[in-house]
Amino acid sequence: MSNIAKAFENGKAFIPFITCGDPDLDTTLKIVKEAVRAGADLIELGIPFSDPTAEGPVIQAASDRALKAGTTTDKIFEMVAKLREEVTIPLTFMTYANVVFSYGAERFISRCKEVGIDGLVLPDIPYEEKEEFLDYTKKYDVDLVSLIAPTSEDRISMIASEAEGYIYIVSSLGVTGVRSKITTDIASLTAQVKAASHVPCAIGFGISTPEQAKTMSQYADGVIVGSAIVKIIAEYGKDAPSHVYEYVKSMKDAIR
Amino acid sequence: MTNPNGRFGIHGGQYMPETLMNAVIELEEAYNHFKNDPEFNKELTDLFNNYAGRPSLLYYADKMTKDLGGAKIYLKREDLNHTGSHKINNVLGQALLAKKMGKTRLIAETGAGQHGVATATAAALMGMECVVFMGEEDTKRQALNVYRMRLLGATVIPVKNGTATLKDAVSEAMREWTSRISDTHYCLGSVMGPHPFPTIVRDFQAVISKEIKQQMMEAEGRLPDVVMACCGGGSNAIGSFYHFIEDKDVRLIGCEAAGRGIDTFETAATINTGRLGIFHGMKSYFCQDEFGQIAPVYSISAGLDYPGIGPEHAYLHDIGRAEYVPVTDDEAVNAFEYLSRTEGIIPAIESAHAVAHAIKIVPEMDKNKTVVITISGRGDKDCAAIARYRGEDINE
Repeated sequence: MSNIAKAFENGKAFIPFITCGDPDLDTTLKIVKEAVRAGADLIELGIPFSDPTAEGPVIQAASDRALKAGTTTDKIFEMVAKLREEVTIPLTFMTYANVVFSYGAERFISRCKEVGIDGLVLPDIPYEEKEEFLDYTKKYDVDLVSLIAPTSEDRISMIASEAEGYIYIVSSLGVTGVRSKITTDIASLTAQVKAASHVPCAIGFGISTPEQAKTMSQYADGVIVGSAIVKIIAEYGKDAPSHVYEYVKSMKDAIR
Repeated sequence: MTNPNGRFGIHGGQYMPETLMNAVIELEEAYNHFKNDPEFNKELTDLFNNYAGRPSLLYYADKMTKDLGGAKIYLKREDLNHTGSHKINNVLGQALLAKKMGKTRLIAETGAGQHGVATATAAALMGMECVVFMGEEDTKRQALNVYRMRLLGATVIPVKNGTATLKDAVSEAMREWTSRISDTHYCLGSVMGPHPFPTIVRDFQAVISKEIKQQMMEAEGRLPDVVMACCGGGSNAIGSFYHFIEDKDVRLIGCEAAGRGIDTFETAATINTGRLGIFHGMKSYFCQDEFGQIAPVYSISAGLDYPGIGPEHAYLHDIGRAEYVPVTDDEAVNAFEYLSRTEGIIPAIESAHAVAHAIKIVPEMDKNKTVVITISGRGDKDCAAIARYRGEDINE
C-alpha cells in the first residue's frame, strides 16, 4: 500500500499546496512544519516552473518569486531531505513535465524516492502521455497522481481505473485560484470518479474558505488548497509560518 | 508524416491539462472529418483564392540575383496575401473548421501581431468574436498591429507575465481556453502546441510549397535546389518545406533568430541553442536552463521571439532532412534594408532572417542553381522599430 493512503486515515484529508522557495526555502521548511502541526494530512510541494500554464496569477507570482530567489530542483530535494528528519506525513511534488523531464525522469524520480517524496502531480501530463513517467514511478514506488476535470466526461473511468495514490479532482474550468463560487456539479463528478477508482479522491482549484472546504468534503475524501495559502505567504513572507498554521487549523477543523 | 498519436519521431504529443484533453480530441476528430470533406475544401479554396489573394506570386528577383552573382533567386511572396503575411492561410482554415464545429469565438496568441491581425480578420469575416493575447512588450514593439486588430473588432489583451512576449501570450491563451471551451476555438498560430495543432497548421500552410512546386516547374521546368524560410515556431517554414520533404535533392533551410548571437543569452535560436524538453503541449527542442526553466529568449523580431520550435521541425532536424541556421539581429536588419533597396520589397523583419542567410550562401552557389526564399510577410509593421534600431527617433 502506498504511503499516501495514510493521509486519508484521519477523517477527511486536508491537503495544502505550498510553492517551494517562496519567499525562500528556509521559510518553506518552517511553513510545512507548521502546516503539519496544524493538522495537514498530506502536503503538495510545488516546484516552481517559469511558465506554469495551469496556474492563475497567485501561484504564477509565487513561482516567479521562488525562481528569482534562486530556488532550484536540487535545492528543493535537499530541503525535502531535511524536512523528512521530522515530518512523516505523505508528501507529493506538484510541478510541470519539463522540470522532471529536463532533470532526467529516472534521475528525478529516483531522487524523489531517496528523499521521501510519495507522489508526483504533473498537470501537463494527461493519461495519454503518462507512460514515459510511469516506467520510473513504478520502479521507484512513487505514485503518479492523475487529474480529472469537469470536462473529462467519457475519460473518467479510463483515468480513474488506473489511478495511483489519490485522484486530484479539478473543481472548475480554468486555472488555479480562489473562486467565490464553484458551479461544477461536484456530487455527480465525484460519484463517477468513485465508481471507477480504488484510491481516494481530493478536490482542488478554487477552494479557500472553511465553508467551501466543508461542502467539498461531503463529496470527496480530501480537499486541496493552494492559492489561498500562497496568498498568505505572499502577504507575510518570512513571518508566514504562524499565519499558515492558523489557516490550516481552521480548514482542517472545518472538515474533520 | 504524423503518427496517429501526433508524434514526429520522438517529438510532438499532447502534453496538456486534463481540462483541455476532450477539446483537443474533439478538434482532432472534427479535423479528420472535414479535411476530406469536398464542401469544406471547396469553401477553403474559395477563401484562399477570392479573399486572401492566392496563389501568391513566385517572383524572380533579377536584381538581387545579379547583385549576389550566384544562384537564381525566387521570392515566394506571402507578403502579398491579404493581411500581409502567410498567417492568413492557417487562420482561414482554422476559422472555417471552428465554425463547422459550432464555435462562435476565436482566441489567439500573437507575437509580431500578424497572426492576431489574421485571426481578427477571419473573425470579422465569419462573424465570430475574437480575443487576442499579446505580450505587453510586443504591444509596444508592434503598436500599429494592435490598432489593426481593434479596428477589426477584436479585443487585445496585453500579457504582462514572464517576459511579456510570445511565449507568455501562448501560455495566457491556453489558460483562457481552459476556462472557456464550449464556444471557443483556440486558433493557434504556428506549427506547435499539442497534437493536432502542428498537423492542422502545417496542412493549411502547405499550400505555400504546393504552389512553389507548380510555379517552379512553370518557371524553370525543375524543382528548386534550395528552399529557405525564417523559422520561429515554424509555420511558414513547414509550409514552404512540406511538399519538398520527399524530394531529397531539395535543400531545406530554416533560419532561426539568433538575436545578438548564439553565444549570448539574448537569442531565440532553438535548434542551435536549445535542448529536448516538454512545453506548451509538445515535446520538442526548447531554450531552457539546466533545471528545465524556459529561457527568456530575445530577438529583434517579435514573431521569432519564441523559446521553442514546432515538433515536425525538430524531427526534420533529427533526421537531417532540414538545416536550421542562426541569423543575428544585425544580419536581419541589413537584409531588411538590402531587399527594400534592391528589389523594392520591404520584407517583414522575420522574413529578413531568411533573406540574410540567402545573402550568405547564394554567392557561393552555381549560376544554374535556384533558391526560393519565402517572404512570409511584409515589413510595414517593422519600419518604425528598424528606424529606431538605426538610431532614428520616430514614432508610428
